[in-house]
Amino acid sequence: MLAKRIIPCLDVRDGMVVKGKNFEGIREVESPVALAQRYNLSGADELVFYDITASAEGRALFSDTLKEVASCIFIPLTVGGGINSLEDFDRVLKCGADKVSVNTGAIRDPSLIGRAAKLYGDQCVVLSMDVKRVNGRFTVFSHGGRIDTGISAEEWAYRGQEEGAGELVLNSIDTDGVKGGFDCEMLQKVCAKLSIPVIASGGAGRKEDFLTLFKTVPQADAGLAASIFHFGEVDIGGLKSYLADNGICMRI
Amino acid sequence: MIAVIDYGVGNLFSLAASLRYIGAESVVTRDEHIIRDSGAIILPGVGAFGDAYKKLEQSGLIPVLREQAKGGKPLLGICLGMQLLFDKSYEYGEHPGLGFIPGEVCPIAPDLKYKLKVPHMGWNSLDFKGYSPLYKYLSGGEYVYFVHSYYAKNCAAHTSATCAYGGAELTASVERGNVFGTQFHPEKSGAAGLKILRAFSELV
Repeated sequence: MLAKRIIPCLDVRDGMVVKGKNFEGIREVESPVALAQRYNLSGADELVFYDITASAEGRALFSDTLKEVASCIFIPLTVGGGINSLEDFDRVLKCGADKVSVNTGAIRDPSLIGRAAKLYGDQCVVLSMDVKRVNGRFTVFSHGGRIDTGISAEEWAYRGQEEGAGELVLNSIDTDGVKGGFDCEMLQKVCAKLSIPVIASGGAGRKEDFLTLFKTVPQADAGLAASIFHFGEVDIGGLKSYLADNGICMRI
Repeated sequence: MIAVIDYGVGNLFSLAASLRYIGAESVVTRDEHIIRDSGAIILPGVGAFGDAYKKLEQSGLIPVLREQAKGGKPLLGICLGMQLLFDKSYEYGEHPGLGFIPGEVCPIAPDLKYKLKVPHMGWNSLDFKGYSPLYKYLSGGEYVYFVHSYYAKNCAAHTSATCAYGGAELTASVERGNVFGTQFHPEKSGAAGLKILRAFSELV
């Protein structure tokens, strides 16, 4: 049986993993390679790296980091952050990424999804969406959650799938960093019409939140989190055993 | 030394890195002399069957692969590289394959007993069908990483493992003498995958 996936997410700036709350108040934590190795050993099913660097030096540093991780960890690696063109896809794939996540770049030019899918395969293209409630409707935000695009999350998710995205990351801005649980309401609503795998993101605070996610939103294939893993509040190995004991299929 | 066939399909970074990690000497190549001199061959691949077969044809390496497989050299096809080992595929039309293993590659979706997502993507557990030298370091039930929408069918005689998905048994790996294939990606399957690659490298 196909296992549900547990995915730690590493935001990397200038070669270091960083984590903030509600998209603000960033603070540094540690070396991405050491952290990735620790997660791999504790049973992470996949790793997501977001490059949140703005400078060219930072970008070069990110490439080196990625190569180093991909040379010692052999589980799927997804890379995102600043992906705006096929050249960006090419750059991170050459450093060992398996999947590339697009967000603002795809909002700016939705054809990027299809062009990349055609060149590298659907399985390689992940559409990442930052979603927030605005006047009672789920709306897509761009630029790291700063700009309200006015686009409906349900429509954008479906459009992404039709354009050729092989997977979707649904991140809730409302629950991100709050540690009160995943945004199951939003996930259910946006997942309803989708047939591609969905990764739920934003809000995990305790191991029980993952159980609630997989029980309430059966369409969710994976749960993604960052700070609770980085700061050791939830141990991935312990989390997976807990979920398996509660009837969720896990790779143990 | 293991020759990883480079015919312009897919990303070989992880495969090369994983072989390096387990201490197996390898080279990514399309040079037929190097392929003849190698101790074993890996045929990788991602994407669509028809395109990949065409690229393999254009590389001019099919006769070498045929000759080497016939000559008894260990050959491992991974993912689409495994599918290419079969007689034919029905992905976007009908395409001939290498015919090293009898069987055909068909869409997963119509064969599922209950509706699940396709591609079959993620970690699924292996059900062994008899002994395989590739699995000598595994104990059974290990999870490995799959990404595919088509699977090999009518090849039960050569199937070494399957995995359960949507009420169907999908072919996870095959072998016929010195020719092996894994539908999953051993280079992305964590510790279990590295053990499979190690077992293959020891066939050299």
